[in-house]
Amino acid sequence: MRGGRESGKPADDQWSSRLALTVNGVGHDLTLDNRTTLLDALRERLGLTGSKKGCDHGQCGSCTVLLDGRRVKSCLVLAVTLDGREVITVEGLAGRRLYPLQAAFVAHDAFQCGYCTPGQICSARGMLDEVSRDWPSAVTADLTAPVELTDAEVRERMSGNLCRCAAYPNIVTAIRAAASSR
Amino acid sequence: MRAFRYHRPADVAEAVALLDADPEAAYLGGGTNLVDLMKLGVQRPGLLVDVTGLPLDTVEPGPDGGLRIGATVRNSDLAAHPLVRRDYPVLARALLDAASGQLRNMATTAGNLLQRTRCAYFQDTAKACNKREPGTGCAALHGQNRELAILGWSERCVATHPSDLAVALVALDAVVEVREPGGPRDVPLAELHRTPGDHPERETTLPRGALITAVRVPPLPFARRSTYLKVRDRAAFAFAVGSVAAALDLDGDVVRDVRLAYGAVAHQPWRAYRAEELLRGRPFTAELAAQAADAELAAARPLRHNGFKVPLIRNITVRALTGLAGSVRP
Amino acid sequence: MSAPPVGAVGREHPRLEGRDKVTGAARYAVEYPVENVTYGWAVPAAATRGRILRVDAAPALALPGVLDVLHHGNAPRLTPGVDADLFLLQEPAVHYRGQFVAVVVAETIEAAREAARLVRIDYDTEPHTTVLSEHHPGLYRPNKVNPSYPTDTEDGDFDGGFAAAEVRVDATYRTPAYHNNPMEPHATTARWRDGRLLVHDSNQGSTPVQATLAELFALPREAVRVVAEHVGGGFGSKGYAKAAVVLAALAARQVDRPVRLALTRQQLFGPIGYRAPTIQRVRLGADADGRIAAVCHDAISQTSTLTEFAEQAAVYTRSMYAGRHRRTTHRVVRLDVPTPFWMRAPGECPGAYALESAMDELATACGIDPVELRIRNDPAVDPEQGLPFTSRNLVACLRDGARRFGWADRDPTPGVRRDGRWLVGTGVAGASYPARARAAAAAATAAPDGTFEVRINATDIGTGARTALWQVAADALDVPVDRVAIRVGDSDLPAAGVAGGSMGTASWSWAVIRACEGLRDRLRQAPGGAVPADGLTVEVSTADEVRAQRPLPRYAYGAHFCEVRVDADTGEVRVPRLLGVFAAGRVVNPTTARSQLIGGMTMGMSMALHEEGLLDERYGDWVNHDLAMYHVSVCADVERIEAYWLPEEDPELNPAGVKGIGEIGIVGTAAAITNAVHHATGVRVRDLPVRLDKLLERPPTR
Repeated sequence: MRGGRESGKPADDQWSSRLALTVNGVGHDLTLDNRTTLLDALRERLGLTGSKKGCDHGQCGSCTVLLDGRRVKSCLVLAVTLDGREVITVEGLAGRRLYPLQAAFVAHDAFQCGYCTPGQICSARGMLDEVSRDWPSAVTADLTAPVELTDAEVRERMSGNLCRCAAYPNIVTAIRAAASSR
Repeated sequence: MRAFRYHRPADVAEAVALLDADPEAAYLGGGTNLVDLMKLGVQRPGLLVDVTGLPLDTVEPGPDGGLRIGATVRNSDLAAHPLVRRDYPVLARALLDAASGQLRNMATTAGNLLQRTRCAYFQDTAKACNKREPGTGCAALHGQNRELAILGWSERCVATHPSDLAVALVALDAVVEVREPGGPRDVPLAELHRTPGDHPERETTLPRGALITAVRVPPLPFARRSTYLKVRDRAAFAFAVGSVAAALDLDGDVVRDVRLAYGAVAHQPWRAYRAEELLRGRPFTAELAAQAADAELAAARPLRHNGFKVPLIRNITVRALTGLAGSVRP
Repeated sequence: MSAPPVGAVGREHPRLEGRDKVTGAARYAVEYPVENVTYGWAVPAAATRGRILRVDAAPALALPGVLDVLHHGNAPRLTPGVDADLFLLQEPAVHYRGQFVAVVVAETIEAAREAARLVRIDYDTEPHTTVLSEHHPGLYRPNKVNPSYPTDTEDGDFDGGFAAAEVRVDATYRTPAYHNNPMEPHATTARWRDGRLLVHDSNQGSTPVQATLAELFALPREAVRVVAEHVGGGFGSKGYAKAAVVLAALAARQVDRPVRLALTRQQLFGPIGYRAPTIQRVRLGADADGRIAAVCHDAISQTSTLTEFAEQAAVYTRSMYAGRHRRTTHRVVRLDVPTPFWMRAPGECPGAYALESAMDELATACGIDPVELRIRNDPAVDPEQGLPFTSRNLVACLRDGARRFGWADRDPTPGVRRDGRWLVGTGVAGASYPARARAAAAAATAAPDGTFEVRINATDIGTGARTALWQVAADALDVPVDRVAIRVGDSDLPAAGVAGGSMGTASWSWAVIRACEGLRDRLRQAPGGAVPADGLTVEVSTADEVRAQRPLPRYAYGAHFCEVRVDADTGEVRVPRLLGVFAAGRVVNPTTARSQLIGGMTMGMSMALHEEGLLDERYGDWVNHDLAMYHVSVCADVERIEAYWLPEEDPELNPAGVKGIGEIGIVGTAAAITNAVHHATGVRVRDLPVRLDKLLERPPTR
C-alpha cells in the first residue's frame, strides 16, 4: 500500500513555499509544506531538537524560541510566515561558555527531567528583555512605574512555561541570579 | 490539518478580495488560536491570507483623546503602550491577565476579538457541537459545563467568549473599524459578537470577507480609574471562570458615570447595561454595587455546573467598584 | 544535620547531564538523527465499547506522502497473552474510548497528522459504563491489590471498637482521575535491522521494556535494544512498556523504515494510564484524648475490562497510626475505561489524602492539636504485623516541622483569621512511603590509566539518578569522582529495574556498590595491583542479597505544614507557604534530593487545588484533555516552598542506607492543604480538587 503521489519530491507547488530563515545566525533557504510549524521545521528539517514539543498547542511553553528577539511559542508559528526573519533557539545561546542563564540553571538545579528547560531558558531571556523595557505584568502594582524584578514578577512572567517536575522555585532563583549578574 | 495555500496580500483591499473570492480562505493573524484549531481539525481553511504584514500595527492617539489601535498590534505591545497604561488601565490589566508572555507577543488585537470559544466540546471533533458542525447538537448543554455561559445562551450553544481584552474594550465603548467587500464600516464592539440563538456557528455580525483593520477607543477621562479583575483556576496562564471590567466616575459620593462588563459568562463580552443604569446618579455604596450586579444577573440561567458564577460575578463587581471608589475618594 | 560527608555521597553536586540539558544537546526519544525516517501518528477509537466493523484507509492513503495505515486487519502479529493493554492493532474489539486502533505512517508529520484524521472507521457500539460509584453493581473484591498486598485486612473487632469509641469520625473522601502529564509525551523511534529491533524510547526502565517487546514480537531478548538516555519525566506513566513503543515498532516493521512516533498531549489522557479515581470511607474511633481505638479504611477504585489494576489506597492506613481494632478493604469495578496505571505514590498518595484528612477531622472533634494527635497515635511497632520498624521518625518530622513552621501558637478555631480579603489557615499532615529495593545488576571496569567506568541500566527520568550513582560509585571505589564515569539508560547495560516506587537509588546503588567492591577485591588480588591493558571488569547481581532481606517494615516518613489563603469573595486559594520535613535514610545528593522533594510537594499541591480529569459519561472520556483545560500548577502558584530532612541511619535498608525520595514528597500534601483550607474557611472539602466554586457554594462544615 503506497500513497497516491511520489513522496519526498521537492514540493514547490501551491501547498509549499520557499523561504529564507536565519536560525542562530545561520541562513537557511528552505522549501516547506505550508503546514510546517517553526517547531517542526527546527526539529525535523534543521536537526535542532533543543526546542521541545510538549503539547503542540501553545499550552506548555517547551517550544519557546526567540523570534526577532521576542519570545514566542514556536509550535503555533507557521514557518511559512517567517521569510526573512531571525530565530534564536537554545542551541544559539552559548558561545564557548554557557550563556549566564544556562549556567545559572545548572548551578541552581533549575530543572530535573530537562524537557521544559530549553523553553524556560529562551523564555527567561525574552522575559528579561521585556523587563528591561519596563513592560508591566499582571502583578505589577503601578502600571506606569519602572518594573522591579521581584520573585512575584518572575513567577508571573514565567507562568507560560510549565514544569511538571516543578523546578519552579529553582527556576526563579536561577533567573534572578542571572539577571543580577547582567 | 489539511494542506493549504498561503498568501501575503499587498494591501487591505487585496486581502478582502481574496477572502471574498474564496469560501475556504481565512485570515491569519498571530495564529495562536487558528493554528491550534487547524491542528485539531476544528478549522480547515484551504487558503491562509496572512495579514500580519499589512500596515495595521500602530497605536495612534485620537485627535480628541482616545486611541486607534491597529488590528495587528500585538497584545504585548498594546499592554506596554504608555497611553494604554496611563489612560486605560482596564485595557492593560485585561491584556496582562491573558495567556502567557509568549502568546501575548504573538496574538493580535483583531485576532483576540475574533478568537473562538474554548468550550471543550467545540475543540474535540469527535463530540457534538452546533458551533463547529451545525445540527449535531450541543454536548456541553448537559455535559461538563462549569466554564460555560450563564447569560444569553441558547439550547443550541452554551459557549463563552474567551477574550479578556474584548471585555475591557466593550466596557470602553470601543468601535471596530472594518473593511468589507463593499467598503469600510464602523461596528460598535458591543454589536460585533452575536448571541448564539439558533446559529451559534455565526459568531459575529461581520459579513464574509470582512477584515477588522483597527479598534477605536473613544476618549473616556475617568477610565484612568478603571480596572479588570479576572478569576481563574490557577494563579496565572488560564482562561477566566469569571471576570469584570470596570471604570467609575464619582461626583463626591454620587456615581456620575460607570462602565461595567463581564467575561466568561456569555457568548459575547457582556456589557452590564442594567447594572450601570442602576448605579448612575446614586450615592455609591458596596450594597448598591451588589444590587447592581444582582440586577444584571437576574437574567442568569446557570447550567448544571456553573451556578457559582452568579455569586462570583456579584462579588467581583462589588470588589472592583469599591476598589475604584476608594481610590478616587479624598 | 549530620556530620559533613567525607566522600562524594552527601555532597551537593550539579547534575552530570546539566550542560547537555541547558544547551539542548541532550537527546530525547524522537531526537536522534535517523536516515530515511518516517512519522507515525496514532489513531484513537471514537467508540467507547464495541467492535470495529470496517476501516477505510483509502482517503488517508490518497494523501501525498502517506506510506501506510496499520490496523487490526493488516498489522504485524503480536504474541497474545503478554499484556492485554499492549495487544494493539490485533483485534477489532474496542475496550475504551481513545484506544489506539490504527497508526498512520507518512513521510512528514504534517501528512501523518492529516491522514490520521482521514482514516474512516465504522464501529458496532455497545452500551458502556465509565463512571465510578460506590453503588456500582459491578464492584468486586480483587484477589490482591497493587503490587501484591492482601486485599483486605482485619485485626481485633473494628465494629465493636468503633461503636464503643467516645469520639467518632466517619467521612468519605473522593479523588478524581489524575493524569501524569510528563512534559515529554510517550515517544519512540523504532528501527528494525536484520530481525533486530532498536528503539529509542521514553520510559522509566528499559530493561523491562526490552523484555516486554521481546515477548510481544517473539524475539530473543538480545535481539531487542532499548535506549532511554534522557527521559522527559514519567511520574509512573512510563514505568512499563506503553502504547507508543509498541505502535512504533509495529509501524517500523510494516513500512520497513525507521519510525518516529510521539503521542499527542491529548492522547496522554487515558491510553497510557492515569491515577484511578477513588472513593474512600475512613472511620476513626478514639477516646476523648484522641487515642485511636478503632480504624477502618474502605477504598473503592476502578479498573478496565482489559487488565485488573487495583489501586492500594487503604494500604497506607495499615501501618501509619496506632489502634487496636483495625480493618482495611479494597473493592474495584471494571469499567469501559483505559486501564489506570501508576502515578507518583500510587496507593499511598490518595490513601494518605483520606486518612490524613480524617485525622484532622478527629483532631477537631477531640479538640486536640493535629500535630499532637499524630504524636499520640504513633505506634511502637507496626500495628498490623507487630514487627518493629527498621526506623520510624514520623514524630521527629512532625516536631521539627512544627518548630520550623512556627506551629506552636496556632489557634485551632476554623474560619476566624482574616487578612484583608484573605481568609488564612494552616494545616498539617503526616506521610509515609515504603522503602523497598529490587534486584539489579551492575558492572564496574578499571582502566590502566586509573579511571573507572560503572555501568547499570538505571534510568534518569529527572531524579538525578545518574549523578547519585556516580557519587556512590566513587565512594565505593574510594577514588575521587573525576576518575569515575557512569553509564545508564541502555538495555545493553547490566539489567536493572524501573525508576519507580522510590526504589531506584536503593536498588541501583546496591548493585553499583557491590560491583565496585568486587572490583576493588579483584584489584587487590591482581599481580602488583596493576590493571591489565584491556582493563578489569566485575559484574554482579544483587538478586540473592535482596531476596535474603529480612521481612521488616521499612518506611520513609514525612510531615507537611502549610499556610493557605482563601479569597473571601472568589474562593481562590493560594499557598504562600509549604514546608516538608522528611526522614528518608541517607541523602546521596542534597541538590537533587531537594528538587525531588519540592517537586513531589508541588505535584501534591497541584493535586489538591488544580487537577481533575472531567469525565463525560456519554462519551466515556475526559473532556478536558489538554494542558489548557487540565490545569497543573504553574510557576505563579508556587510561592515559598521548603524541604528539609533529618539525619537518619538505618542498617536494615541497603548498603547506601537510602530509602528513596521520589514519592514521599507527594504523600499527604493534599491533606495538609485541605486541612488548612478547613482551618481558613470552616469548609471541609472531601472531594478533590478544592476549587473556588466549592468554597463559594458550600457552607462551613465545622
